[in-house]
Amino acid sequence: MAGVSRLQYTTEIRLIRLMCSGRIDLAHVFRAFSNGIDGVFIGGCRLNECNYITHGNFHALNMVFLSKKIMEHIGLNPERLRIEFMSSGEGNLFAEVVDDFVQTVRDAGAIGTSKGINKNALKINFNAILNLIPYIRLVESERLRGHFATLEDYKEFYASEEFEKLFSVLIADKLAISQIMLLLKEKPLSTGEMSEILGLSPSEISKHLNSSSKQGLVKYEEGEKRFALA
Amino acid sequence: MEDKCTGCTTCTEYCPVQYPDEFNQSISNNKAIHIYYSQAIPLITYIDENCLFLKEKKCRICEAVCQNEAIDFNQKEEKTEINVGAVVLAPGYEQFDPKLREDFGYGKFDNVVTSMDYERLTDSTGPYEGRILRPSDLEQPRKLAWIQCVGSRQVNPPGANSYCSAVCCTYTQKQVILTKEHDAETECTVFHNDIRSHGKDFERYYQRAENLPGVKFIRSYASAVREDPETKNVTIRYATNDEGVMEEEFEMVVLSVGLNPPADFEGLADKFGIELNHHGFCKTNPVNPIETTRPGLFISGAFQGPVDIPESVVSASGAGSQCGALLNYRKGNLSIERVYPPERDVSLEEPRIGVFVCHCGANIGRIVDVPSTVDYCLTLPNVVYAQEQLFSCATNSAEEITEKIKEKGLNRVIVAACSPRTLEMLFRDTLREAGINQYYYEMANIREHCSWVHPKEKEAATQKSKDIIRMSVARARHLEPLMEIDLPVNKKALVVGGGVAGMTCALSIAEQGHHVYLVEKEAELGGTALKVHETLEGLDVQAYLRDLTAKIYQHPLIHVYTNAAITEAAGYIGNFITRVDSERGAVEIKHGATVIATGAEVYTPTEYLYGEDSRVLTHLELEEKIAAEEDKVINAESLVMIQCVGCRNEDRNYCSRICCSESVKNALKLKEKNPAMDIYILFRDMRTYGYNEDYYREAADKDVKFIRYDPEEEPHVEQAEEEGKPVLRVTLPDYVLEKKLEIDADIVALAAAVIPSAGTREIENLFKVGLSPDGFFKEAHVKLRPVEFAAEGIYLCGIAHYPKLLSETISQAYGAAGRVLTLLSNDIVTASGAICEVEENKCISCGACIAACSYGAIEFRETETAGFKAAVNPVLCKGDGLCNAVCPTGAIQLKHFTDKELLSQIDAAVQEEETTEIKEVMV
Repeated sequence: MAGVSRLQYTTEIRLIRLMCSGRIDLAHVFRAFSNGIDGVFIGGCRLNECNYITHGNFHALNMVFLSKKIMEHIGLNPERLRIEFMSSGEGNLFAEVVDDFVQTVRDAGAIGTSKGINKNALKINFNAILNLIPYIRLVESERLRGHFATLEDYKEFYASEEFEKLFSVLIADKLAISQIMLLLKEKPLSTGEMSEILGLSPSEISKHLNSSSKQGLVKYEEGEKRFALA
Repeated sequence: MEDKCTGCTTCTEYCPVQYPDEFNQSISNNKAIHIYYSQAIPLITYIDENCLFLKEKKCRICEAVCQNEAIDFNQKEEKTEINVGAVVLAPGYEQFDPKLREDFGYGKFDNVVTSMDYERLTDSTGPYEGRILRPSDLEQPRKLAWIQCVGSRQVNPPGANSYCSAVCCTYTQKQVILTKEHDAETECTVFHNDIRSHGKDFERYYQRAENLPGVKFIRSYASAVREDPETKNVTIRYATNDEGVMEEEFEMVVLSVGLNPPADFEGLADKFGIELNHHGFCKTNPVNPIETTRPGLFISGAFQGPVDIPESVVSASGAGSQCGALLNYRKGNLSIERVYPPERDVSLEEPRIGVFVCHCGANIGRIVDVPSTVDYCLTLPNVVYAQEQLFSCATNSAEEITEKIKEKGLNRVIVAACSPRTLEMLFRDTLREAGINQYYYEMANIREHCSWVHPKEKEAATQKSKDIIRMSVARARHLEPLMEIDLPVNKKALVVGGGVAGMTCALSIAEQGHHVYLVEKEAELGGTALKVHETLEGLDVQAYLRDLTAKIYQHPLIHVYTNAAITEAAGYIGNFITRVDSERGAVEIKHGATVIATGAEVYTPTEYLYGEDSRVLTHLELEEKIAAEEDKVINAESLVMIQCVGCRNEDRNYCSRICCSESVKNALKLKEKNPAMDIYILFRDMRTYGYNEDYYREAADKDVKFIRYDPEEEPHVEQAEEEGKPVLRVTLPDYVLEKKLEIDADIVALAAAVIPSAGTREIENLFKVGLSPDGFFKEAHVKLRPVEFAAEGIYLCGIAHYPKLLSETISQAYGAAGRVLTLLSNDIVTASGAICEVEENKCISCGACIAACSYGAIEFRETETAGFKAAVNPVLCKGDGLCNAVCPTGAIQLKHFTDKELLSQIDAAVQEEETTEIKEVMV
């Protein structure tokens, strides 16, 4: 309706049409970010007013909360991702929300330039996430998904300690290993170097290196005093 | 010659004759040979009577310049005889000629224009390409006035119409909103009588206009008294209760002219042998507003009297249904099956993409640099052809696309134009005509998503258009040919609700040979009409209802279920399955179409002592007591009616549309039975739209007192005693006399709101249909699809949609029947090809997709070699794609929205080596 009503909003947005917000998954979101897109906005039907009977917008909501958690984890401002629910008649709301979102993203700056993020690390992080997506999809649908009636309940669940614990065990560890593997693929590195690039503590890195070397994935090169892929 | 003209308009350029352009209200000029207007069908030129050759036998330049030899001055008038079984008259209306009213200065003062003049000025294809310029100096006026009811609601000056034209209040509000969007600084003043926002969602629209800064609504008669000889500004004289007679100068004045009967209505009536009413519109059957006095002749649109677009569309569909019933015995005799050329298999070819960039007249071309966009398209990978088009949607443009596909060997087509919601179907058809699978079509929306929303940023909008097309090209490269599925259509219909709407609709469907299941929750058919005794026009509603109910029960194809409840509703267009519990037991009904006609209810007031004092009634209760000749009511000395009880307020922000007419009807009836009774109607705006205005006037003539109140100072009702007699004392301010008014009444009748029926939510959930903000059912499109739901195969009619008068309900019931019959006359409906499919060797049989599908469209099926794998039932799949997002291996893909297609779009959102900030959205 924003178009038909000719409501004006920012030109800095490109739209991709989908039949349901629930069709969007992590792969789309992180592909966009890794391409250098500064913000991703998802518009869905109002909660409990599904166009189908599937309430796919709740799926999208879960996906967004999880994505935000991952973004936070890799030091990316989670406000770069937003989901809003509106009806097709609410063109004015669309224009308003999009303007506001673009302003938020503008304030956050171009992706990868703020907060002194290492560009290479960011790339490694995105690749690590994209590699991990099949796995995340599996554990997400089995262990991490909330099933609630209201937005507030979802916020509460994703802010809970219980979720934090699950995330750390199910995602964060796997992600770290994936990140380490991708780093070592480029060249052998020491624990300290890896810690610096990835922003993880040396003890965490050691923990993952220990388990990975036990599984025969990495090895310690005595001569270089560096870890390398096995 | 129609088939030769390409609409290139070279002839128009060369035509030496300039005449005032009638389509643009003669404000600007046009040539003697021209296209009538920019969306005309067919979009080709024609020669009008101003042509020099036709008048003086000279010129013929157009004939010489036309390269297609499409102009033939030897054409002779032909008379054709066509034998038909039914005729629909849709001659429309004429505007009232304001010259008949000298007090508005039309034709005398330069800057007084009609609302139709103004309408053309605001249009982007209008005389000044959408710039609003006033006639005297072609400057943009900054201070405008509208005068309402010009030629309507007036008895005295000859030529004026006594009825209300019903549409002017809202079109004026639209013009005010458009004017403010055009230039937010413009001051707009509307001089009006009652504001009649009786249409669905119109009350909110009125508030939107009224609340704009710099907009004033002044309740006063107004006249244009003089023109400043220097500035040509116009002075308007008006009077308000607070300030008395006032004068104010405006730079331009718009007269909101009413609707007259069509030109030569008497000749038309003579020719077709039909009768007219005393206003000159068509005389119709009181219980069938689509039927004329002559059998087999039907009407639609404003020949009924002043109606808005939705009512016109409804009556058109209804007229179709009634013709169908009449001619049912020879249905299908003339139909020809459409045959498409065989599809060329291009799956092994390299993508060869053609891009057609539409100007949409000025809608896109004025903002977006179309030529440079076309050049850019040619630089994109796999684009082998690109061109611009004035209107891609015009018949000749579509043919051009078909030709180019063949000529250039295109196997993918992108039209960069408007929303796929409007025209995707048309262009898919264009591809089929060219022998290309329709799913090779992709639409880039550079109008709703670009030119319309970024009108002030031409450069950024042009860049955005290029980006949008680049993303479409990326997607088009991965498009795949898809097959659609034909579903059989069950030829039976289910109608939910046995009121007048449901019964009329059921009868019309059954008359065309279809079984109809009519489900009513009460023990008796009739609905709200059971409580109505007479219409304003004097129709005996109970007699009509008895007759209608008898027809329903007598019809062999109608199956009635009373005391019924719907327990389950499943299925899809053409193939619904609904479970009904009724006194006939539990049944499962299979049907192809569903009509929702569940009616509405009357609000139970909590205001004005209702429920505490038995002398306070609702308007419907009053009507029942009048019909029963109840002594206390008939012999009351004084009776007060209060309008707008429970609506047009914060809780219910809408007008219940029928209550003003209902109260006037009750007042007239009471005056007839007891002329001495003092009757007061306390109102905010009297909304007796259309012909009902005559009854309002009659009531006023019969000394019914109409007293206006403001919602901020509502009337107050209390029990009191006057000269030993208990009375209901009603107090309110009198704005004319500027004092407190006290009325002692024996009876107080409340015009209680019409509210959505209690079962609405249940129906909403069962049938997955939508509700409007006020809780009534929501049609698919307010103007264009007023009797359909967005959900396919489900239709609506009656007051479940919005409050309406009995005649309007009947009209809408026929309209819904027309849509149902359009569906049921098909043997098959075609299901989309954009559904999910599993790639077996990627499937790990985890079952995530099965859990994600609410339609039960996915199940494990045993494969020959790999055990159980997920498989999709293509009929049940609705194409939402939720399963895609949970599949760990990407084995299940929603066709037409595959990961490959989406990711390519995401990638293309960023131009190579581009570093500027771009945001991305997924909807």
